[in-house]
Amino acid sequence: MTDSKYFTTTKKGEIFELKAELNSDKKEKKKEAVKKVIASMTVGKDVSALFPDVVNCMQTDNLELKKLVYLYLMNYAKSQPDMAIMAVNTFVKDCEDPNPLIRALAVRTMGCIRVDKITEYLCEPLRKCLKDEDPYVRKTAAVCVAKLHDINAQLVEDQGFLDTLKDLISDSNPMVVANAVAALSEIAESHPNSNLMDLNPQTINKLLTALNECTEWGQIFILDCLANYTPRDDRESQSICERVTPRLSHANSAVVLSAVKVLMKFMEMLPKDLDYYGTLLKKLAPPLVTLLSAEPELQYVALRNINLIVQRRPEILKHEMKVFFVKYNDPIYVKLEKLDIMIRLASQANIAQVLAELKEYATEVDVDFVRKAVRAIGRCAIKVEQSAERCVSTLLDLIQTKVNYVVQEAIVVIKDIFRKYPNKYESVIATLCENLDSLDEPEARAAMIWIVGEYAERIDNADELLESFLEGFHDESTQVQLQLLTAIVKLFLKKPTETQELVQQVLSLATQDSDNPDLRDRGYIYWRLLSTDPVAAKEVVLAEKPLISEETDLIEPTLLEELICHIGTLASVYHKPPSAFVEGSRGVQHKRLPGSTGSGESVESPDTGSAAGVSDAPPAVIPSQGDLLGDLLNLDLTPPATTGPPPPATSGLQMGAMDLLGGGLDSLMGDESEPVTTRRERPPIPLRTGTPQSPQTLQQSPSPPDYSPTELGGDLGGSSAMGAGFGAAPAAMPAPVSGGLDDLFDLGGGVGMPMGAFSPPKIVWLPAMKGKGLEISGTFARRAGVFQMELTLTNKAMSVMTDFAIQFNRNSFGIAPAGPLQVLTPLSPNQSIEVTLPLNTVGPVMKMEPLNNLQVAVKNNIDVFYFSCQYPISMLFVEDGKMERQVFLATWKDIPNDNESQFQIKDCHLSSDAASNKLQGSNIFTIAKRTVDGQDMLYQSMKLTNGIWVLAELRLQAGNPNYTVSLKCRAPEVSQCVFQSYEAVLKN
Amino acid sequence: MIHSLFLINHSGDIFLEKHWKSVISRSVCDYFFEAKEKAEDPENVPPVLQTPHHYLISIYRGKLFFLSVVQTEVPPLFVIEFLHRVADTFQEYFGECSESVIKDNVVIVYELLEEMLDNGFPLATESNVLKEMIRPPTILRSVVNTLTGGSNVGDTLPTGQLSIIPWRRAGVKYTNNEAYFDVIEEIDAIVDKSGTTVFAEIQGVIEACVRLSGMPDLTLSFMNPRLLDDMSFHPCVRFKRWEAERVLSFIPPDGNFRLMSYHVSSQNLVAIPVYVKQNISFLETGSCGRLEITIGPKQTMGKMVEALMATIHMPKSVLSVSLTASQGSYTYDITTKILIWDIGRLNPQKLPNLRGSLSMQTGVPKPEENPSINIDLKIQQLAISGLKVSRLDMYGEKYKPFKGVKYLTKAGKFQVRT
Repeated sequence: MTDSKYFTTTKKGEIFELKAELNSDKKEKKKEAVKKVIASMTVGKDVSALFPDVVNCMQTDNLELKKLVYLYLMNYAKSQPDMAIMAVNTFVKDCEDPNPLIRALAVRTMGCIRVDKITEYLCEPLRKCLKDEDPYVRKTAAVCVAKLHDINAQLVEDQGFLDTLKDLISDSNPMVVANAVAALSEIAESHPNSNLMDLNPQTINKLLTALNECTEWGQIFILDCLANYTPRDDRESQSICERVTPRLSHANSAVVLSAVKVLMKFMEMLPKDLDYYGTLLKKLAPPLVTLLSAEPELQYVALRNINLIVQRRPEILKHEMKVFFVKYNDPIYVKLEKLDIMIRLASQANIAQVLAELKEYATEVDVDFVRKAVRAIGRCAIKVEQSAERCVSTLLDLIQTKVNYVVQEAIVVIKDIFRKYPNKYESVIATLCENLDSLDEPEARAAMIWIVGEYAERIDNADELLESFLEGFHDESTQVQLQLLTAIVKLFLKKPTETQELVQQVLSLATQDSDNPDLRDRGYIYWRLLSTDPVAAKEVVLAEKPLISEETDLIEPTLLEELICHIGTLASVYHKPPSAFVEGSRGVQHKRLPGSTGSGESVESPDTGSAAGVSDAPPAVIPSQGDLLGDLLNLDLTPPATTGPPPPATSGLQMGAMDLLGGGLDSLMGDESEPVTTRRERPPIPLRTGTPQSPQTLQQSPSPPDYSPTELGGDLGGSSAMGAGFGAAPAAMPAPVSGGLDDLFDLGGGVGMPMGAFSPPKIVWLPAMKGKGLEISGTFARRAGVFQMELTLTNKAMSVMTDFAIQFNRNSFGIAPAGPLQVLTPLSPNQSIEVTLPLNTVGPVMKMEPLNNLQVAVKNNIDVFYFSCQYPISMLFVEDGKMERQVFLATWKDIPNDNESQFQIKDCHLSSDAASNKLQGSNIFTIAKRTVDGQDMLYQSMKLTNGIWVLAELRLQAGNPNYTVSLKCRAPEVSQCVFQSYEAVLKN
Repeated sequence: MIHSLFLINHSGDIFLEKHWKSVISRSVCDYFFEAKEKAEDPENVPPVLQTPHHYLISIYRGKLFFLSVVQTEVPPLFVIEFLHRVADTFQEYFGECSESVIKDNVVIVYELLEEMLDNGFPLATESNVLKEMIRPPTILRSVVNTLTGGSNVGDTLPTGQLSIIPWRRAGVKYTNNEAYFDVIEEIDAIVDKSGTTVFAEIQGVIEACVRLSGMPDLTLSFMNPRLLDDMSFHPCVRFKRWEAERVLSFIPPDGNFRLMSYHVSSQNLVAIPVYVKQNISFLETGSCGRLEITIGPKQTMGKMVEALMATIHMPKSVLSVSLTASQGSYTYDITTKILIWDIGRLNPQKLPNLRGSLSMQTGVPKPEENPSINIDLKIQQLAISGLKVSRLDMYGEKYKPFKGVKYLTKAGKFQVRT
């Protein structure tokens, strides 16, 4: 007796037969017939012709029959609107039925009949049901409002159903509340601007109460709704977090992830030094790990979200590396995601384990996975410097396996390693060359050619190697052709004598025989460069390349913030903002993380200012282009992050020119072969153009790999000497206008300080040799609470220098110039000038290695020069870094002992008071002093500009020149730098 | 919210569709078939797919794809959880979740789907509640129904639906009142070539089978609750009580349910019950390879290891095997290249051993990948983490229930690399 009998048909027309049965007098026969109809419907057969006959069966006491007819109605009412009206009466009658089950069933089905004509008849019954005494009916009616809204939004608004629905949020039954929230959320999605969910503390409280008692699905709706609320202050935020955390232990993973979203968002508002903040961080890890033991589909979604969480708050999962190890029977989509997260979590502490795993994966069966594993090894090398050597030797091992795709991937990543660590691993080139013949993928070929060109002087037979590629020039892909062109030009510049013929050949291949405009233009550029000014050519083509950055394919911070607000949604799976791809979400509002109410948050949310800016931009651009473009747009739309006066227009133009040099030139240098990392292509100076007045920048910098050839060609075609062409660009600009010089900072103010902060002596940062005659020495100082860079610029060249400008790369503490570099008069030969550059810490943040490293670019009319320097971290200690004694005690205990580090300071002869005074000058405050057994212990605190507190215990003993410093901090990576500052300050 | 559901069988036929809003043409599934084609293995089809107008979220259970279509931004986990719940419900109603059984019960399936979701919102997903509204088929009932014209749809409001304990129906009555708890732990581990544990964790669950009359309020306490620091509970468990006292206090659903699941990841708590000595080598020249595997007890806490089984996924080029097993039997499937050695009980005095030669395809380079060995095993009366239930108390009812706790340790994803 199974339902499969309903699928059997007789030879006679099936429909015809059913019709007869439906009109039978026998109840049982009728029911069987309806079942047959439903069965046909489920497999997608069209049984709409039976509509009147089925509707005739509707008036019945048999609940099952009624349900079946309703099922049928929902499916076909739309195709038979006139007939559907016949059903209205029954619905209205059923809504009055004494049995709540039937009332609910009627109101539920009513909403599913998507016929415009009927809807108005349904308003009255629906209104009654919304106020029904039985909560089961009310909760069903709540959903019905959403259905009706989908069919006829105007009607729902006119009838006042939305207000009734809002009232249901205060219903006594949690199930009703949950459904009302779900319905309102769905309606709100299509009406982004309507103020449907005006969340206030009272409603929030009701929701939180309902949260504990409603079904798991209701909990998801409520949590998602909570996530849209912005608490007034950190206290409210904490209390909501406290009530949401129990949800982390729910068996339903969707509930867990929605709870994680609420916590991740509200956490932003909690001050970092709050105990609860640490507790919350700890509580987040286990549920995320648990999600990974669920079914693979759930794991996948969880992993995509963990990827976001790890980027935003790496501390949550930094000890959980092992759960991301790949099991061999994981589905491939899970494997690839796990691999991605492994690299993100890789650090010096766990790199050995990670590498061992990656090597294991590289011998697996699945080709895609193996490739990604090999790439991951390369990324580890770039990310964790200490591991680079081991990574390279692992890669060499893999190359020895001679498995074709492994070798090719390995070569592609080794090229990146060369760029990150120049002059270190080039000894492996010989091994790479052995595999030249087996490379058949364009990317690998291009990478290999790049290596040959770049290190042509070390490879004896470089010319032969390149020549062998040249034979099939026209069959190669564009990527390889471009690379080959560049490599041969490099080779020619390095070994001009033997390779003249080769370069002639490649130039003619590129310019005469190719249809590809990119290739042709590049060919012409090289040709003219070489023919007019070989020295300039050398400078352009063989210029030193900026190092590639370590963190690759990170999500752009504003996007990341938005995605964190969308944890658990489709947006989080695709890593795109919902506005970019969800159909029907007309103008979804961009969500952003709330700012902290705590002090000095610059590190955590560097882009809070720009988030608003981005949301005005056409949203589709950001996800579809690379990170770089996102960045650029972001920066262009944002008012400059400086607190000083806005830079004068000319400086904007200068910077534009510099970007042109940075981005355009670099791509010209022939680095087409790095699709993994558009980001890496970027010169180390982020493009903070500040003003939208440099259209050139916009057109050229965003896309180094495929820069607009006509643009460049047009620019360059005019000038016969290419080198001069580049050099002339900035010179052609008006001399720096000294507008906007109303400097806000009193530069001399520091002198008046009773106990000046320690400032290291100036050292040479850019020797004249490397700066084409410009020597820069400098130091950092903190005077009267203002953090500044003090520079001495010396012109050791023969010509006058003008047009100075300065930019910093992203750095660990977001240090950025607070104003332009004030060099007012041209710097004549042998003249030197002292400049003070006020700094702030609101710039973009990127972790550097070492932490206090700062990469600087200085530009003048001659060139752009890059150098890096290290600032004493004590410059970042702020004046209000004195902690309350009680707070100090509590915090000291609260920070885990793992975060404590001890250092020795040798040969220091100060009394404890003198030491304390000296340190105070640098904003290291002594909170308490204790003497035990002739040993003085000073308890000290300091606070960094980004709000990180560092606690210290300094132990010194009379007569003993060795001091011991113990440092405790929630961000232990700063300890080393802080110690260095201690030493410097005390010994100064 | 969830818009439509398609059930698709292994060979790619859509055999059931259900729409909760307007009807979406089944041609939308073409995008899915495309992805399925590309993935080769059905397990590897990505669970979330984007098409121009819809999103397809699917799960793969019991050789069937449950494919749902959504149009707006919804939490994908919500959809996936729901789909698994649908599969669980079928399993519970019909004993299995297969194409034939779904086709046999298509009307009930349709009624169930209608009850579970309304306009894309989950309505009733607790099996207790569902069973009150739509009775599961039994042979007796279908006979009676045919004779009397009765139906299997309940006509009263399910009682659990609205109470704050939606998981339990009212008025439960049993003559024998009993409550059984099974503590089942699975060891997930990766052991490397040299026998060192790369990674190990325990996934534990407590499955309950509670048949108690009335509204019993149970308290389950452990000897060593400190072991548990990462767990998820059935909604019936009072979380506050757990936080404060580390006991599980709950009013149970009626019948079978999963009380809690937990996760022990700290490496030192995870005992690895067996060791595997293996040597699988492929000779550089010639067309053969050698295989030798020995399995022995490691940390078994003095218990017997049973149902021991080793599964090896051989490289493609292994044509056949010729092995001798000192215990149990082995099979080698030439098409899937899976070697299964069913050992049975592990005798510590006489360790099971499998050895012999592998014959390889000639003229093919020696395989690069090393096959890994998957181990299955069972240990009765032991929870390998050491978790122990100390007592179960019942409040709220007068009768004396029969109580029982069973422990079982199994190998989960237990993988030995070679």
